[in-house]
Amino acid sequence: MILLLLILIPLAGGLLSWIAASRSALWSRCIALGCLLINLVIVFQIWATKPAAGGKWLYHFKAEWVPHFGISLNLAMDGLSLLMLVLTFFLGALSVLISWKEINYRVGFFHFNLLFALTGITGVFLTMDLFLFYFFWEMMLIPMYFLIGIWGHANREYAANKFFIFTQAGGLLMLLAILALYFIHGANTGVYTYDYFALLHTPMQQETARWLMLGFLTAFLVKLPAVPFHTWLPDAHTEAPTAGSVVLAGLLLKTGAYGILRLVLPLFPEASVHFAPWIMLLGVLGIIYGGMLAYAQTDLKRLIAYTSVSHMGFVLVGAFSFNPLAYEGVVMQMIAHGISTGALFIIAGALYERIHTRNIQEMGGLWSKVPVMGSAAMIFVMGSLGLPGLGNFVAEFLILLGSWQANRWITVFAAIGLVVATAYSLRIMQKVFFGPSHGQHVLPDLNKRELVIIVALVMAILLLGLYPQPVLNTTQKTDYVVR
Amino acid sequence: MSFADFISLGPLITLFTAVVISMLLIAIKRNHRITYAFSLLAYLMALTAIIPAMLYIPHTVPPLLVVDEFSLFNTGLVLTAGFIILLLSYNYFEEREERKEEYYLLLPLATTGALVLVVSRHFMSLFLGLEILSISLYGLIAYLRARERSDEAGIKYLILAALSSAFLLFGMALVYAFTGHMDFPGIGAALRQAGYIPVTVLAGFGMMLIGIGFKLGIVPFHMWAPDIYEGAPLPVAAFIATISKGGMLVVLIRFYLDIHGNDYTMIWWMLAIIAVASMFAGNWLALMQQNIKRILAYSSIAHMGYILVAFLSGVQTGLEAISFYLVAYFITSIGAFGVLIVMSSSIQDAETLKDYSGMFWRYPWVATVFTAMLLSLAGIPLTAGFIGKFYIVMAGVNGHMWFLLFMLVINSVIGLYYYIRIIAMMFKAPATGEELTYIKPSLPVAGNITLMLLTLVLIGLGIYPTAMMQLIQQMMKIIV
Repeated sequence: MILLLLILIPLAGGLLSWIAASRSALWSRCIALGCLLINLVIVFQIWATKPAAGGKWLYHFKAEWVPHFGISLNLAMDGLSLLMLVLTFFLGALSVLISWKEINYRVGFFHFNLLFALTGITGVFLTMDLFLFYFFWEMMLIPMYFLIGIWGHANREYAANKFFIFTQAGGLLMLLAILALYFIHGANTGVYTYDYFALLHTPMQQETARWLMLGFLTAFLVKLPAVPFHTWLPDAHTEAPTAGSVVLAGLLLKTGAYGILRLVLPLFPEASVHFAPWIMLLGVLGIIYGGMLAYAQTDLKRLIAYTSVSHMGFVLVGAFSFNPLAYEGVVMQMIAHGISTGALFIIAGALYERIHTRNIQEMGGLWSKVPVMGSAAMIFVMGSLGLPGLGNFVAEFLILLGSWQANRWITVFAAIGLVVATAYSLRIMQKVFFGPSHGQHVLPDLNKRELVIIVALVMAILLLGLYPQPVLNTTQKTDYVVR
Repeated sequence: MSFADFISLGPLITLFTAVVISMLLIAIKRNHRITYAFSLLAYLMALTAIIPAMLYIPHTVPPLLVVDEFSLFNTGLVLTAGFIILLLSYNYFEEREERKEEYYLLLPLATTGALVLVVSRHFMSLFLGLEILSISLYGLIAYLRARERSDEAGIKYLILAALSSAFLLFGMALVYAFTGHMDFPGIGAALRQAGYIPVTVLAGFGMMLIGIGFKLGIVPFHMWAPDIYEGAPLPVAAFIATISKGGMLVVLIRFYLDIHGNDYTMIWWMLAIIAVASMFAGNWLALMQQNIKRILAYSSIAHMGYILVAFLSGVQTGLEAISFYLVAYFITSIGAFGVLIVMSSSIQDAETLKDYSGMFWRYPWVATVFTAMLLSLAGIPLTAGFIGKFYIVMAGVNGHMWFLLFMLVINSVIGLYYYIRIIAMMFKAPATGEELTYIKPSLPVAGNITLMLLTLVLIGLGIYPTAMMQLIQQMMKIIV
């Protein structure tokens, strides 16, 4: 029941805050923030009270929905979902806070879309029914589309369309694969169901399994995004409002990674092993190519977007190295990347609000004017390049450690990616905060609200780096299978 | 005719009796309001007449007609759709036309034609139903005589429909020449006995396909659709998009099942090629349009292609999928045209994309409805269209038609683009200093309520489709 609540609260909150906006924008913001904080408290509560429960599944909820097709409202939570939800509501609440001043028109509709997208993401992280998975998967697209398309920057419509069409195309292939799996399972056992646990052990031919796996994988690679499918991401990130970028980078990309861990690997173990070298190669390509592209950008948000491509490559490498250490690293990377990239986008947004440009050629020498913002940026940039003591280091270290045992050459090249990361990360600091000052920008430093947000993020990333054990413990209580 | 025949054909009989009565009413006194109210009542009574008819199913009126669950379900669908279209019509004609009463003769008459199609299993009744439908449509399309495009559309439809009827007749004659039967089961039996399809019959089927394909608006017989959608009064366009196509589709399904179409690969391939061509042509051409009526026309061509995919899967799920898809498609199309109707002023129909620029900020409610309808057409979750598309894909996977399914997926993505473009247009913030052709909508109360109900049903079906699915599953008992 509590799982259903986690989905219903943001949904109801979204509607409420839309309605409330006609009275006052402040109410609308407060309701949105309140709902997400409630959810955050709930998931923290779960995390705190069920640290070492015996079973892998902390909660399970099941109700009939469309029995005719064997579709049920099947929700379950294990360590992985729990961590993802903590991240979701944490970043969600920050997104509301960050748009407090930035979004000043159609406030109600904005919060409705934001919360609706978060509902979809929550659903994806919780559902154990493949039909429902697809349902939620598609559900978060429309509000995301509106977030980019209405409140975005100059080229927003192009970016929104591109985002929507890319993800939808991937999603439809996944739908075909889900349906094929459904019928194969039905034909073999006589039971037609979308239940994840039942479908886990579907006997099928190798070749079929490989095709189906590719169907799923396409959807997740688009979302992740892996290199040939990544072109929507920089556009979407650049044009989206800050909150949209945070949700995109912090959460939406994670649904792709989550899908790989939750669906691709357990459902198609043999096929995964078969394709693993190629997918890891894709991951490495993403790491290096994404990093190089990031280095070449002059638009700050675009730069950060390409670093996402690079960082998510590590997820791909880790996930397909079939190694417990690497898995822990992958989960860690998902969280750490969500926080550090989210923070970088927030800083980019704050800068844009003050100097109205995202071109890093026009910035420079800002440190003396905004030291607090500068030092915050420094922390997250260092996180991004993998400085020990911050969450990203732990993540990437674990992934490299794990993948070393699976494929040495891939690991070597992935490690080279860290060098590229250093290059682009330092470039951000150099171009934006140091070096010669262009223009006579008079700009205020972070205000209290922004300070709260940044401090929360800094604390999170430091905690992940210095004391990652709680997260790793929770990760170990996850049901993905390493066979 | 026996008593049971009367009861079974109750909806049909009620409706055309009502047409005669309303003709007399108009002869006595011209009054828009009375005629309108009477027509609404007639539709309601025809709908109620379905209930006693259910007692006698399955019932045949040999050799022409058959009343079974499948036909009753579609009768209900056609009547409900007609009722809703009628609801949306009042204001539209009140504002635009002096002599508006005859509309209320033609619309129920056309509906009657569709009802005949739904229950027919014989060439005679098929042709009769088709002609009742077509001839009423000539009048309906050209109803707003004062408009130039209206006349043009009416004449275009007249010529093309007459031509396609001729093809249909010739095809029927060829089939009859070989099989000696005009009832569908008889033809099926004759073919099965022969064990192959002779060239004559194949040519006959081909020619019939021209006639049927014209009504369905599938490629390559689709040329009329955009012009007629554009020229016809909006409620009539909604009628053509839904009832006229739906009725034809039902008869096609029955025919195909009765002659065991899936046994003959030649026929299957013919339809498969048409399905793929319809999806591509419809979607590609819709991409190029600036006029929403034309976009809807081309998109309906594509939707017929999707339906054909389920049709060709040759499994029971396919039939259920078609029924569900039809329900979703009826709601969505009528809803979309309903939005156009309430947004149109008496001077000018709101039809260009530009008219909808920034509409969400001026008329949030109507824009929300339109968004829901477009998302349903695109097949996005929380709408009936999503479940419908899901159902179709499911039927396709069940029938192992991977190639057709990949075509469907590609086309869904193409289709997405132009639906999204309309939505993006509505959400566009009006730029300062830019002059827009602001339409001045009439926003009638009845229209708004109808739209609200349609939206509720749309989302209801999207969230909880179980009840409708069960109903459809029960209803899919076709007498073969």
